[in-house]
Amino acid sequence: MSIKVRLFATLRNGRGKELIVDLETNRTPNEVINGLDIPTEDVAILLVNGRDGTLDQLLQDGDTVSIFPPVGGG
Amino acid sequence: MYGYAGKVLRVNLKERSWKVEALDVEKAKKYIGGRGLGTKILTEEVSPEVEPLSPENKLIFITGPLSGTPTPTGGRYMVVTKSPLTGTVACSNSGGYWGAELKFSGFDMVIVEDKADVPVYLNIVDDQIEIRDAAHLWGKVVSETTQILEKECAEKAKVLTIGPAGEKLSRLASIMNDYSRAAGRSGVGAVMGSKNLKAIVVKGSQKVQLFNHDQLKEVVSNCTKKIRENGVTGQGLPAYGTAVLVNIINENGVFPTNNFQTAVFDKAEEISGETLAEKYLVKKDPCYRCPIACGRYCKVDDIEGGGPEYETIWAFGSDCGVSDLGAVIKANYWCNEMGLDTISAGATIAAAMELYEKGYIKEDELNGVGLEFGNAEAVIEWTKRMGLRDGLGDKLAEGSYRLAEMYGVPEYSMTVKKQELPAYDPRGIQGHGLQYATSNRGGCHVRGYMISPEILGLPEKLDRFTLEGKALWAKIFQDLTAAIDASGLCLFTSFAMGAQDYADMLNAAVGTDFTAQDVLDAGERIWNIEKLFNLQAGIDPSQDTLPSRLLNEGIPEGPSQGLVHRLSELLPEYYSLRGWDTQGIPTVDRLNKLQISESALTTEEVAAGDK
Ligand code: SF4
Repeated sequence: MSIKVRLFATLRNGRGKELIVDLETNRTPNEVINGLDIPTEDVAILLVNGRDGTLDQLLQDGDTVSIFPPVGGG
Repeated sequence: MYGYAGKVLRVNLKERSWKVEALDVEKAKKYIGGRGLGTKILTEEVSPEVEPLSPENKLIFITGPLSGTPTPTGGRYMVVTKSPLTGTVACSNSGGYWGAELKFSGFDMVIVEDKADVPVYLNIVDDQIEIRDAAHLWGKVVSETTQILEKECAEKAKVLTIGPAGEKLSRLASIMNDYSRAAGRSGVGAVMGSKNLKAIVVKGSQKVQLFNHDQLKEVVSNCTKKIRENGVTGQGLPAYGTAVLVNIINENGVFPTNNFQTAVFDKAEEISGETLAEKYLVKKDPCYRCPIACGRYCKVDDIEGGGPEYETIWAFGSDCGVSDLGAVIKANYWCNEMGLDTISAGATIAAAMELYEKGYIKEDELNGVGLEFGNAEAVIEWTKRMGLRDGLGDKLAEGSYRLAEMYGVPEYSMTVKKQELPAYDPRGIQGHGLQYATSNRGGCHVRGYMISPEILGLPEKLDRFTLEGKALWAKIFQDLTAAIDASGLCLFTSFAMGAQDYADMLNAAVGTDFTAQDVLDAGERIWNIEKLFNLQAGIDPSQDTLPSRLLNEGIPEGPSQGLVHRLSELLPEYYSLRGWDTQGIPTVDRLNKLQISESALTTEEVAAGDK
């Protein structure tokens, strides 16, 4: 299945803004961040299709995963 | 006397006189200072029914006991008065260096009374006070005024001033200090303009006395460590400023666009914090003793200066449908020069754009400048015209509520208590919406920043769609925020620090023996006297609401699609947690518990009378 991954702030360094990753079915955001070499502690906010996500939820083909490091407020 | 400077400067502009009074320390401790003590004094000295732009209103510039101390971010001051925008109590908070400098001059606050017959400015060099003529400054923008005053006053003096917007009594006028720091909201600049007071220049040479130096040193080093180790205050804010929120709020589908007609902006990336850092950032621009340094200094073409903040990028960006970040930086620059609140100015242009789109504002009112969503050049031009009250800009200077009302359709104004809402669509963030509706100064995000738990996950992640527990969270955030404001620190410290940390700092600096609960209680006391002032000013609880669009029309697209704000389900629990009656009026019981009995407001009567 194909997952759109959107990265923000410092997570973009060396990885880019937006990637399409191909995964076997029954995979989770955990596999996504491992594949991109993102340490778990750098994941402050994880959204799946714009809604609060968890690292171990099952992804569906076509999902968008947005990942933010610790960011600011305003 | 520790923490506090111990003196109050009272200036009467009509008589061109001033006197120094002793600070009432017991009262100060009860309300901590800043927002708390300032509001207490306002309630005692000014009738809540006063016309905000009349000489009878007073303007209080007040620091907290931690302002000017070695505590992190201890440079802040607040402006307390009755707001010409909302009719509520106004308390606008600003950073930079001016607040600390006032403290070094030996004063905790300046209370400005009445009105000068011609433009004047106030010059303070320790205990040397002068009321000087300001004819040569009237009409000048903020940077020019500041440069002139830096030359004609004491070396390294700090300058606070209004721009043309304040002189022309715009209800959106800010008070600026240190060039680009703003006591921005609620039209406090118009109150200053109404008094013919152009500026206050301060130079001080005194140190703030501390209760226990060593203890404070230790507490400060602990707190600074927490700030540096926290992801938001140690990494996110220093690297990107507040603008990093653009993408995160947009990804959540709660980024108000085209005057809240939708909550997703397809060009968010172009106005994001990441783009700002890549294309326009010159350097960081921190306030006094701030280890966080969220402030930005940016340049585009021949324009450079402080900012823009996230809220500003939103107001002139997505809320106006504009994706040109350079234009946003220019609009921000003109707000700082004119002395306009960026949130309300941008949001008012957004409302005007919708009024134009819907056919209420007609072509012949525009005088050659476009008013369609997405017009980047237009937001710059309308900002200038708003500041100068030129043409349709004269109507815009009144704020979006009065503007939309002039066309008979106030529902197009996205305001609470006539103040423009900031950059988060509450339909997809339920606790934050409750906070908007109940804020004592109307539409505002910094009376209780529920974005922190509901979006950023600090101190823990809450589901932004649900109602459970939100009323209690909102109340605690509101109370803690009031106490932080009162102490003279920046609210951003609270991403890393809790009530106990503030208690520790106050105890070491002032010599109090506050517990964490005492700090929250002081915050609740402040919240209640603000509420009582508002009630007596005629702002009844029916105004604890949101624009009907946000209560009745679902977000049309994106991750928060279909949602409305469920305020009526949250308000009863909130009132009950506050110890207020079902109508939203503080009860005598709770007021007694908070020791609000000696208030000049005759609080018991308010509570009893409205029941
Ligand atoms: S965090 Fe930002 S606004 Fe707060 S004191 Fe520091 S630089 Fe100023």
